[in-house]
Amino acid sequence: MKTRYTFGGDEHVYVEIDDEMSLDAFFKSLSMSNAVRDAKIEGVTEICPANASFQVRFDPDVISPNEIMAKVMELEHKAESAEKRLTTRIVEIPVYYKDPWTHETLMRFRERHQDPSGTDLDYAAKINGFENADDFIEAHHSQPWFVSMVGFVAGLPFLYQLVEREKQLQVPKYLSPRTDTPKQTVGYGGCFSCIYSVRGAGGYQMFGVTPMPIYDPEQKVAHLKDFMVFFKPGDIVKWKPIDRTEYDEILAAVEDGTYVPRIAEVEFDLDDFNADMSGTNAKMLEALNDA
Amino acid sequence: MTLKIKNPGLATSIQDLGRIGYFHLGIPIGGAMDRYALRAANMLVGNDEGAACLEAVFMGPEIEFTETATVAVTGAELPIKVDGEIQDSWSSFVVKAGQTLSFGFLQSGARIYIAVSGGITTPEALGSRSTYPIGALGGVEGRAIQAGDELPTGGTQGAGAGRTVADSLRRKPDTPARLRVLPGLYWHRLTDEAGAAFFEDEWKVAPEADRMGYRFKGGRPLEFVDREQPFGAGADPSNIVDGCYSYGSIQVPGGTEPIVLHRDAVSGGGYFTLGAIISADMDLIGQLQPHTPVKFEKVDMDQSLAARRDRKAMLERIRQDLS
Repeated sequence: MKTRYTFGGDEHVYVEIDDEMSLDAFFKSLSMSNAVRDAKIEGVTEICPANASFQVRFDPDVISPNEIMAKVMELEHKAESAEKRLTTRIVEIPVYYKDPWTHETLMRFRERHQDPSGTDLDYAAKINGFENADDFIEAHHSQPWFVSMVGFVAGLPFLYQLVEREKQLQVPKYLSPRTDTPKQTVGYGGCFSCIYSVRGAGGYQMFGVTPMPIYDPEQKVAHLKDFMVFFKPGDIVKWKPIDRTEYDEILAAVEDGTYVPRIAEVEFDLDDFNADMSGTNAKMLEALNDA
Repeated sequence: MTLKIKNPGLATSIQDLGRIGYFHLGIPIGGAMDRYALRAANMLVGNDEGAACLEAVFMGPEIEFTETATVAVTGAELPIKVDGEIQDSWSSFVVKAGQTLSFGFLQSGARIYIAVSGGITTPEALGSRSTYPIGALGGVEGRAIQAGDELPTGGTQGAGAGRTVADSLRRKPDTPARLRVLPGLYWHRLTDEAGAAFFEDEWKVAPEADRMGYRFKGGRPLEFVDREQPFGAGADPSNIVDGCYSYGSIQVPGGTEPIVLHRDAVSGGGYFTLGAIISADMDLIGQLQPHTPVKFEKVDMDQSLAARRDRKAMLERIRQDLS
């Protein structure tokens, strides 16, 4: 990992912790962006952590670009000594894989796909060496995921699977982005899964849909009463496969305001995780099952 | 006092100076694409500079006033009419109760800003009235205005007719439009030849140009420095591990058509960016029509900051002229 500092125009400092994705790079970018926030530097207007990088927006009328760059660079050593440990939550997200709505959409945009003859799941299964889509789906939901970035559009989480690198699933994005993606589609691009928080354009492969809203500016659903955006970096997610009947039941509960997602508080320690991945995951899943 | 929308125009939305502080959640700053024009319009009618106005693109709306108010229209040029009578742009005029404000065909520029004394007072969302349709935030129910909408305003009489912004202070793009770029971010992904070609070539605004971003076409495709793609980035040489995007940053998916992210930018993604349009030139992009020829001009940080000071000085002169 070699940190690279650069400017994005005259209003942004951009810090790339590493050019490849890893949880080490994520933790360092999160620690460093937290250190920038805690330093309360005058003239800083926004701090955006991402997967393996972060960005600081500043007002050059208040602080000069060189001055803010120097201050951010000074904070690197602080992030290096920071504990790679989070008190966070694990959330169960129900997913209706192979649902009719993403299927209709992926058929509509077939000419933009690498393999127009099958579905996105068939393609993902094939290029990752799985016998069929169901085996791929099993690999997608059996181990938990880590929210390593929130953004693109309002409240959209990027998720990175908590498994060894050789077990990471990798799928390219569409050859050319779609102009439509159903709301709450569970997508996949590169090594990241995502949930499309709103309907709109998108380039990730589409695997299914969740009935659980994750963004609601009207804040009608119970789990979005505190804030309109559900996810934050550091959240841990366990996908739970559901069928059409369960999907409809959850949707009805969401609509009458009685739906409560299953959530448990957990500690995540990167060193413990690196030492024993399946053991760490099993412990978190146990906490979730007890919730 | 309300503004009765008889015809909304093409994509007319309520905008102010935007909502700061939510980009880390994917909610962009939004607000007027041409902030200079919005500030000038507000100053002309006697509002706070950041009061909410209507931003109309390519085509003006038709609005009936329920009470008398001071109005100013800045930005793009198109005939401005009150009950059919032509009014000056970049100048304040009075619309009386019962009169209708309407517009003729676009002559130059792309976006007009309509300020009404007292400002538009629809509810704020996350500290701003700006409309962000993708996230259904701000404006009227998070959307562009529609026929039949009744927009509340502060209802003041305002500064009255006859105030004007001097010609030399009406900021407009040149032909071809010059957009200054500070190279940075993932500039190193480009070969030297590609980096030079980007600035040598003349580009044109593509039809895909909106509040999220402006796409350009017509220049040579950009070549990338060979590398083995990093884990998690994706196979295309223009891909990176998804990161944050700067406002004004220039991404070039597949190396073919540059896209400049604007006020309603997506906050991050997996395309390399070669640098960003300097803050002083962001407003100009909001005035570019599709097919407008554009030259990107390479500048350094000192030049970017000098341009920013120039723009501030122009605003300060308007402030003094109208105080």
